[in-house]
Amino acid sequence: MLALAVRRLIVAIPTLLAIIAAAFVLMRAAPGGPFTKERQMPPEIERRLEAKYGLDLPVGEQLTRYLGGLMRGDFGPSMTYKDKTVIEIIAEGAPTSAILGLSAMALALLVGGGLGVAAALRQNHVQDYAVMAIAIAGVCLPPLVIGPILQLWLGVEWGILPSQGLHRDEIGLIYLIMPVITLSLPLIAVISRLMRASMIETLRSNAIRTARAKGLPEAQVIWRHALPIAVLPVVSYVGPALAGVMAGSFVIETVFQLPGIGKQFVLAAQQRDYTLVMGVVLIYSFLIILLNLAADMLYRALNPRAREA
Amino acid sequence: MSDIPTDAAPAAASHAVKGRSLWDDARRRLMRNPAAVASLCVLAVLVFLAAFGPMLWVHPVDEIFRDRVGIPPTFDNWHILGTDTEGRDLMARTLFGLRISLLVGLAATLVALIIGVTWGAIAGFFGGAIDDLMMRIVDVLYAIPFIFFVIVLMTMIDTPDPFLKLMLIFVAIGAVEWLTMARIVRGQTIALRKKEFVEAARAAGASPLAIVFRHIVPNVLGPVVVFATLNIPVIILAESFLSFIGLGVQEPLTSLGRLISDGARQMINAPWMLFVPAVTMLLTLLALNFLGDGVRDALDPKER
Repeated sequence: MLALAVRRLIVAIPTLLAIIAAAFVLMRAAPGGPFTKERQMPPEIERRLEAKYGLDLPVGEQLTRYLGGLMRGDFGPSMTYKDKTVIEIIAEGAPTSAILGLSAMALALLVGGGLGVAAALRQNHVQDYAVMAIAIAGVCLPPLVIGPILQLWLGVEWGILPSQGLHRDEIGLIYLIMPVITLSLPLIAVISRLMRASMIETLRSNAIRTARAKGLPEAQVIWRHALPIAVLPVVSYVGPALAGVMAGSFVIETVFQLPGIGKQFVLAAQQRDYTLVMGVVLIYSFLIILLNLAADMLYRALNPRAREA
Repeated sequence: MSDIPTDAAPAAASHAVKGRSLWDDARRRLMRNPAAVASLCVLAVLVFLAAFGPMLWVHPVDEIFRDRVGIPPTFDNWHILGTDTEGRDLMARTLFGLRISLLVGLAATLVALIIGVTWGAIAGFFGGAIDDLMMRIVDVLYAIPFIFFVIVLMTMIDTPDPFLKLMLIFVAIGAVEWLTMARIVRGQTIALRKKEFVEAARAAGASPLAIVFRHIVPNVLGPVVVFATLNIPVIILAESFLSFIGLGVQEPLTSLGRLISDGARQMINAPWMLFVPAVTMLLTLLALNFLGDGVRDALDPKER
């Protein structure tokens, strides 16, 4: 198992390099640069600025320089925030995005998993239809819609929860409730559907028939025998999805005015802050690779049949 | 095939044996699914409204009523859904936005379909090094965030022409959404390429590309159709996200996503500006999702 993990991480290195190169070249292919602004700068100043950040070099050389910096753990300076490095900016935003993403996923696993199991146990009954209705609504109501509506009702009209912002000095958790709910709704939708389909299939399997035949109590059949098998498709889904939510959500961070990296990333891409964009892309890809690996490991741990392969 | 003709049938079968294709079966199953039929009806109405609504409605999309700015839904002057904060009739705007959103969803799905099916079928059919290389490219593209791509693609060709810009949105979203499609088609193709009919085509002297497009692709269309139907709502959502970050449809055009993000900014003083397009989008997406689920159940009854 450990050897496999190490092998997978080694294989990931060329993939990561290819991602860096692809993103790097794509970014440069977009017109304009970090110093092309509405207000025209004297060409002399623009040239100096470009020389300072090495932007006057050929793209190939810029890439090798960038990779050299990465080897030393240096993501470079930001090109729009003049006195900050990329690492500093990411370190400011990442905790918020990570907490948001992790809590949303935890909530989604609990609620979505629970709803999925509940629906599967009463297939084609009212309970099942109710869960499926919630699931479809979750897919159809994106954060873009549900975020402002929650804000309007819970925040402005009823005044139960603070509608935006984050004050880390106080007890900040209350500020996270609405964003976490908004972020987790689409996840709940997907997880409950996956869980339902897989649970229905598992409950029809021979293993479960055997468990019931030997007279185990129904609760034990479901929690001890069916759940570990039924949860497998959810495990495969959660890996990459978690990377997605942890890397920040522009919509959530904008609607609720939270300082995360999702917002930083979109702004950076629009302003051609090359180094900051590359930094976030790199972290996102690394998270994807890492969490996919973690999901595979968990899959193997839960499913003996996948171990030999 | 549970409905094999019974005793009553032979008389009819003797003079005209009409085979039923798998697609006929699927259509029958789809028509027996009430949720799918209902969403087909809703979709038909929505498509009709999107296509002809802007022409039939009493107010034109771009007329500004300076004396009736930001009024809530009322029957006076036929502003039944109110006006926006610039004084334009919201009904007209929403109908027009629906048209653009549906158009983006369809066209981008078509682009994704063409790229994804071609890519996946070629990789799966030829296998070996070609497959490795092509799927490695897909893996790499997968690990780059969606918005990053779209932002780069959208800014690469900057044009003041709103219609050209719209076309660009189709291409940009389609160019990103084909990855999953390529994976699905590749998997299906690998399962098919050793089948007898492919062997027969090869023996008959068909070129490899002809085999891929004439024989393999028609046989993988089932999952492709399911994916495409469920992909339209995903793309409508993606477009609304683009509009939210200001890269989507530009004025004077509008889309549901753009109306929603404009409405979200005005939600305290003009909440109808958020709710009208939001409910329209909800209806559209619900219908598309139910239809997609119905098509999947119809093509693959096992899943039920």
